[in-house]
Amino acid sequence: MPQRIDGSGETLRFTFEGREIAARAGDTIAAALIAAGETTTRASVVSGAPRGPFCMMGVCFECLVEVDGVPNRQACMIEAAAGMTVNRQKADEVAA
Amino acid sequence: MANRTVDLVVVGGGIHGCSAALHAAMRGLEVVVLEKDTVARHASGVNAGGVRRLGREFPEVPISQRSMEIWHRIGDLLDDDCGFQRAPQIKVAETEADLDRLKARAAHLRAMGFDHEVVLDRDELRGHLPAVSDHCVGGLASLDDGFALPYQTTFAFQRKARSLGVRFEENCRARTVERVGADFRVTTDRGVFTSRKLLNCGGAWAGEIARQLGEAVSVEPTAPMMLVTSRMPRFCNAVVGNQTRPLSFKQMQNGTVVIGGGRRGRALPDTNVSELIFSELRQTAETAMAIFPIMRGATIVRSWAGIEGRMPDGIPVISPSSTEEGAYHAFGFSSHGFQLGPGVGEIMGELVATGRTNAPIAPFSITRFTPEAGASGSSPTHSQGISA
Amino acid sequence: MKSYDVVVIGAGPAGMAAAVETSRAGLSTLVLDEQQRPGGQIYRDIEASDATRRGILGQDYQSGADLAAALRGSTAEYLPGAVVWNIDSAKQIDFSVRGGSQSVKAAHIVVATGAIERPTPMPGWTLPGVTTVGAVQILLKTSGVVLEDLVMVGSGPLLWLAATQMIAAGTPPKAIVETVPKARYRAAAKHLARAIPGWRYLAKGFAMIRAVKRAGVPVHRDAEEIAIDGVVAAEAVSFTSDGRRHRIETAHVALHQGVVPNQQITRLMNCEHRFDAGQRAFLPVVDASFETSVENVFVAGDGAGIGGARAAAMRGRLVAMRIAEKAGKPATDGREKLEAALRRDAAVRPLLEALYAPSEDVLSPADGTLVCRCEEITAGQIREAVALGAPGPNQVKSFLRAGMGPCQGRMCGLAVSEIIAAAKGEEPSSVDYYRIRPPLKPLLLSELAAFEPGEAPRAAAE
Repeated sequence: MPQRIDGSGETLRFTFEGREIAARAGDTIAAALIAAGETTTRASVVSGAPRGPFCMMGVCFECLVEVDGVPNRQACMIEAAAGMTVNRQKADEVAA
Repeated sequence: MANRTVDLVVVGGGIHGCSAALHAAMRGLEVVVLEKDTVARHASGVNAGGVRRLGREFPEVPISQRSMEIWHRIGDLLDDDCGFQRAPQIKVAETEADLDRLKARAAHLRAMGFDHEVVLDRDELRGHLPAVSDHCVGGLASLDDGFALPYQTTFAFQRKARSLGVRFEENCRARTVERVGADFRVTTDRGVFTSRKLLNCGGAWAGEIARQLGEAVSVEPTAPMMLVTSRMPRFCNAVVGNQTRPLSFKQMQNGTVVIGGGRRGRALPDTNVSELIFSELRQTAETAMAIFPIMRGATIVRSWAGIEGRMPDGIPVISPSSTEEGAYHAFGFSSHGFQLGPGVGEIMGELVATGRTNAPIAPFSITRFTPEAGASGSSPTHSQGISA
Repeated sequence: MKSYDVVVIGAGPAGMAAAVETSRAGLSTLVLDEQQRPGGQIYRDIEASDATRRGILGQDYQSGADLAAALRGSTAEYLPGAVVWNIDSAKQIDFSVRGGSQSVKAAHIVVATGAIERPTPMPGWTLPGVTTVGAVQILLKTSGVVLEDLVMVGSGPLLWLAATQMIAAGTPPKAIVETVPKARYRAAAKHLARAIPGWRYLAKGFAMIRAVKRAGVPVHRDAEEIAIDGVVAAEAVSFTSDGRRHRIETAHVALHQGVVPNQQITRLMNCEHRFDAGQRAFLPVVDASFETSVENVFVAGDGAGIGGARAAAMRGRLVAMRIAEKAGKPATDGREKLEAALRRDAAVRPLLEALYAPSEDVLSPADGTLVCRCEEITAGQIREAVALGAPGPNQVKSFLRAGMGPCQGRMCGLAVSEIIAAAKGEEPSSVDYYRIRPPLKPLLLSELAAFEPGEAPRAAAE
């Protein structure tokens, strides 16, 4: 399981697939999800296979999620904010 | 180093060069295609892929019809489906005035003897395009048109032609063409090629070849811009244009949406560079969102522009040379040549092999740009927003 | 539209150093960076990091704090959260900030977008729970998050550094699976004498390896035929080492095969590139001052060839000096000293390149392995396209859609060039690379529709 090594940052909460996630101020959505044990962020638009954050620096686009209703957001580039509604990007929402 | 004299040298490895080479080979000719870059490097490989009879310039309609027949059995010709999908092509009218113009066009075509373009009223439009914006009042459709994958198509023409013995010389620019006795001599970066017949399919670069044959014409390099979105839920099964605003809009089988329609970037043919102009593409984005509100949630993944040649009157040159017997031209398709590829290739194959054709190509004669020549055929006017 | 003497893209060591220097020289300078705080990936979140985190991340990480402070203290405008999505030939830069796009003009552009990790196609590399080694470090730097039971796979200095940082954080990796073939050590040893001026790096390297050993982390050497097993997420890493098959169960795998220049911007701008056999990557062609073939476009830092963070900052300063000189500002002293320091700093590179060259496994993945993650294109499909006659990456892209997904080829480009080259029996230099088209990062259509670049649009098509 992932662990936090220090107590830096205030705690804030957002939801992911309806589950409440505790994040620290400054966490990206992807970091907060990984810290909470959630490694699957989207389904492949080609095969539907599960995918998760890979590069954490905005180049691989594997961590695409829907943030407050807007699809195709990079979870590793957006800082978590209190009250955000985050959902996995599902293949059937974006693919034929 | 001289090569053996062949029946035909084709200058240009776009869809027209490849299609003509294939059709010439099918008639038993020995053919070499000279391509300065790689096959399908420019507009033929990166156009919007529309296979459209709808809205053609009137002189193009008969050859567009013939080409469409070939498209409908393209797999038989090329052993490759080219990603071709039958789909309605629909031009949307946003106002009653637009719809009236579309109705007039349909009536004119019927008078010419063509009934493939049909007027759609408000409800019929929604039957085909459930996602269309409320304000659109109707449209004009050619129901049995479609779209294809441009690179796959041109590559398939090349492969089929190669399988029939056509030689492709890529990265081999034709520098000079000249008549030597009964033959043509083409000097390239990589040797000299001689042939009995010569076909100029040089696209944006065709003007120089024509000039060397003593037929100077103005070919303006253009770079029609396109953009593609990430995959979206299926909402559109037609290729959609617009009566007044430049638009070519289609959702591919994989859910991505390709939007083009004639807004132009910067074409720099000397360096093979085409540059996007986003202040122009912005209007393409606006138009797409106006016609399909669902596009407000779309994400652009990539944009591009292929370099293409445009004639002053917006229709191509499909013509025997007026100066050198045995030389022919098929270029300047002015951003709407993709659909014509199979049909014009067939015509050029026939012309090269037999010296004649019954196809109505008079309006496309290269002589229409010679001041003293009596203009043959009609003098069509270009309508805005044409694209492949 | 606002114009600047210098626009720096990226706020890592190279970008920060360049901006500090150009603004000091009196040139109007704008720094655009995608992240919310300066530092780049190497000094990611350096300002927010507390003593505990800095202790774990080490002395070299701490040195980024001075650069970040210098940037903050400079007259350069610093715009975080700015995603550059196009640059045209007139050096108009279009970028997105907080959901809206705007443009600036630059007389000089400093591309300081650094490096990305080399694509590592192998079976199972798309499973959730599999990340890059860089990702593991970023988790630690930005959030103080460490993964238990992490198995690190691949080779390179960054892998060993991340391992020692994990150890310092009290969660040593479960295992290291190193892909360096045994014969490589001998080949690399030839470069040892030349690497002596870089003794600091060598010492640090040996110290890292010792630390891993001391912590009792199992290290499997000369590993090949690596696969990550799992159905909906990573479950285990399998590989061959010491003549037998191993399987280590874990939910977290970190891959690494070195870093390569991020070419997106230099490709977009049609800068000339060459394939560097030592780094096994494409690099923009630059002169001694890191100016590209496009005038007044410079590449500072790893983007011009991998040199590491210290070199990146020095290159950033050199670039800035040259721009100041071109702009007619008085010459700054110290250029020769800087160049000498850069040469010393680079002494260790040939050894590292020889030792940590990418493994054959990722250079020529098996036919069934996914290479393009976005569009799920396999190595076998790429080879088939070549067999049909597709001559290069752009034709393979058009034919198969490889490189057409949202990552725009970043995660497959090098691998695709390598696979095509191998299939044709050529070098990657001759098959070249994807043409990069804007937008550099996906852009909402609605954002483009609202885009006001600040200039009257060109007359419409007719």
